[in-house]
Amino acid sequence: MKDKLDLIIDHVEQVRISRRAFLNNTAAFGAAVLGASVLPRGAFAEEPKKGGTLILGLGGGETTDTLDPGLADSPVPFAVNRQWGDTIVNVTPEGQIEPRLAESMESNADGTEWRFNIRQGVKFHDGSDMTVDDVVATFKRHSDENSKSGALGIMQGISEISADGNAVVMKMTTGNADLPYLLSDYHLVIQPKGGVDAPTAAIGTGTWKLLTAEPGVRYTFDKNPADWDTTRGHYDAVEIIVINDATARSSALQSGQVHMINRIDPKVAKLVGKTPGVQVRNVSGRGHYVFIMHCDKAPFDNKDLRMALKLAINRQEMVDKILDGFGGVGNDTPINAAYPLFTAIPQREYDPVAAAAAYKASGHDGSPIVMTVADTAFPGAVDAAALFEQSANAAGIPLKINRVPDDGYWSDVWNVNPFCASYWGGRPVQDQMWSTAYLSTADWNDTKYFNKDLDALILAARGEADATKRADLYNQIGMIVHDDGGTICPMFNDFIDAVSDKIAGYALDPNYEQMGGFASAKTWLA
Amino acid sequence: MAIHPIVKLIAQRLALGVLLLLAVSVLIFMGTEALPGDVAQAILGQSATPESLANLRESLGLNEPAWSRYFGWLGGVLQGDLGVALTNGQNIAEAIGKRLGNTLFLAACAAVIAVPLAILLGLLAARYNGRWPDKLISGITLATISLPEFVAGYIVMFFLAVKWRLLPSVAMVNDGMSLFERVNAILLPVIVLVLVVLAHMMRMTRAAILNVMQSAYIETAELKGLSPLTVIWRHAFPNAIAPVVNVVMLNLAYLVVGVVVVEVVFVYPGMGQFLVDHVAKRDLPVVQACGLIFAAIYIGLNIFADVVSIFTNPRLRHPK
Repeated sequence: MKDKLDLIIDHVEQVRISRRAFLNNTAAFGAAVLGASVLPRGAFAEEPKKGGTLILGLGGGETTDTLDPGLADSPVPFAVNRQWGDTIVNVTPEGQIEPRLAESMESNADGTEWRFNIRQGVKFHDGSDMTVDDVVATFKRHSDENSKSGALGIMQGISEISADGNAVVMKMTTGNADLPYLLSDYHLVIQPKGGVDAPTAAIGTGTWKLLTAEPGVRYTFDKNPADWDTTRGHYDAVEIIVINDATARSSALQSGQVHMINRIDPKVAKLVGKTPGVQVRNVSGRGHYVFIMHCDKAPFDNKDLRMALKLAINRQEMVDKILDGFGGVGNDTPINAAYPLFTAIPQREYDPVAAAAAYKASGHDGSPIVMTVADTAFPGAVDAAALFEQSANAAGIPLKINRVPDDGYWSDVWNVNPFCASYWGGRPVQDQMWSTAYLSTADWNDTKYFNKDLDALILAARGEADATKRADLYNQIGMIVHDDGGTICPMFNDFIDAVSDKIAGYALDPNYEQMGGFASAKTWLA
Repeated sequence: MAIHPIVKLIAQRLALGVLLLLAVSVLIFMGTEALPGDVAQAILGQSATPESLANLRESLGLNEPAWSRYFGWLGGVLQGDLGVALTNGQNIAEAIGKRLGNTLFLAACAAVIAVPLAILLGLLAARYNGRWPDKLISGITLATISLPEFVAGYIVMFFLAVKWRLLPSVAMVNDGMSLFERVNAILLPVIVLVLVVLAHMMRMTRAAILNVMQSAYIETAELKGLSPLTVIWRHAFPNAIAPVVNVVMLNLAYLVVGVVVVEVVFVYPGMGQFLVDHVAKRDLPVVQACGLIFAAIYIGLNIFADVVSIFTNPRLRHPK
């Protein structure tokens, strides 16, 4: 995990450089060279300038959004929480744990008990002291079984949370070497008294104090004068304008009304990058697009049929046509090189002959295999499905597309329909990804894959302290899902931001868009 | 004492309007109920788990039967209480008040330009019927109405905001802005809205006046030597007001309730986007409140148009 060679940040400095040429170069030079070269030139040599107002134009916010960090599930609420709140640890762009409100941490040998020593002298925006009790109360609020928190799932492995002096002690039901990564989750913002009485008060320890909040419209923030971390927060104020229309968003940046925007449509990213004064910054993350089959329902309970479909998709074509090169090919596992402890497995290619053979071996009756898709599944999902239909039909597999409206897709199709399109945002560590979506007992086991051997391997890897052995276990897990699972993963998508030339200090962070949400804390007006 | 027929007529129309509103509220409620999924699923989206769904439904009171929720809501509205949004607990009246103010401001700015301009152009087109000014006016306005709103929006945005940087592309208004700043901020959407509604009103004005121009009294007016524009303004236009007012009211209603696309393109915090977001989240109380307001505006403007056409028509004003 600490090995820098494991870190791959895909970075295209100029969008005009072909991505594939770039990848070929990285293969030739090796990852260590890349690790040094991806740092934006000169960004760290400059001394940050103070002052001014940063205006972010972000898509992905609605008038129905709330300020409760537990209920944040889209880009704007995520960004808003990042402004005013802190988690006890962060994940750095290099994939390391960075202590924040926790000063240090330690665990016992098998990872069943963890201690987080809480930083002293930190004040909330309302002037009260941030104490270990606030941290305990926050974690308890998100792990309460009546909680609506989006972090409930990841808190379920924690059996006991208590305060001991200035430390939070957590006992786990099974050992987990990755607990700090789980606690970096963006829902787990430390609030006074855990936010139990006032979950939407937006009072935290962050570098920005919330001034006004108009959900779906605009949020304004002032600098927190008592910020405990003096190395961050160079602006006087930050403003977030919600711009959901992609064209309006890029126009706002091009006309100089905002400094930074998120979610550039890959199809227009190269055009946006040609505007003077604007730079497109893309980073390959852990997010990926998937076509998911329920392994417990006919005809997808047949391993040969699943393999036939996996062989019948042209992944490179999808990356070229759907992502316009702004992404990487998938390999039917949710893990890519952006994860620590990643071991490459042989790339599955489009092979109509092998696909036809597998389809024949499956003994399928030749009736249409229907895949349900809507554009909300991921940007370009309907187009991607049409490409898949073509390449599968060419292999003699009767794949058919059933296009449905966006509205109601996540409640009525995803996790219900046996074959549909979806996406995953990715997780900071492998254990979290496997535990969230591939464990038999997982709530979001959206391929309905029930395999006791896989469960045992995931649990064994979670408690394994030795990195080499862990990497080997993860490799075995990856191979099982790659060969037998219900996930068809055609591509990993890049996070694509665009930034005005007036902004300095922007660095790529594979954790999420907008430098993992820390752009306002780490950049400054040039 | 006999009630004047016009008073009676207005009272009837208003009573009918209230009944219509009630019917609209039932329809909206049933429509939103019939949509797949509920507010709990919509809020939690892909991250829903069975437990968190059950918890959320319980706390939002979704386990009660639909009729009981409808009448609970109706009772509140009759007392002037629109309730709170299910999704984020905001006071609906407060949230809508601001949005409605923004929508009315945008609609008013567009109307102040579009209505006089449309009528003037209509008069000119009628005056020069069949000649080049008529063809030019009709051609341009028909072209702008044929363009989808978002295309018109992107075109003016590209030239006026991105290329020449004359006006802001994001029509963001907030409390701290002066009237001048507000007007400046919304100029681009106003331009687009004017382009969109101009043709309909202009064509109707032109058609109504040309219709009246066939009458014998127009010929009389011409024969006594009045100039063509005076004939149109003094004799033809007053008799063409009824159909023009109807079309103007339809367009005003459209400016209030139908501009969601323009709002999205220019990021304007009006009612349209507000309604769409809440429909997507199945937030019934908000959808109901928005629907009611939209219906009230629509019905009210149409009643107004009816009454105006009665007043301008002597035969309706003095029934035998």
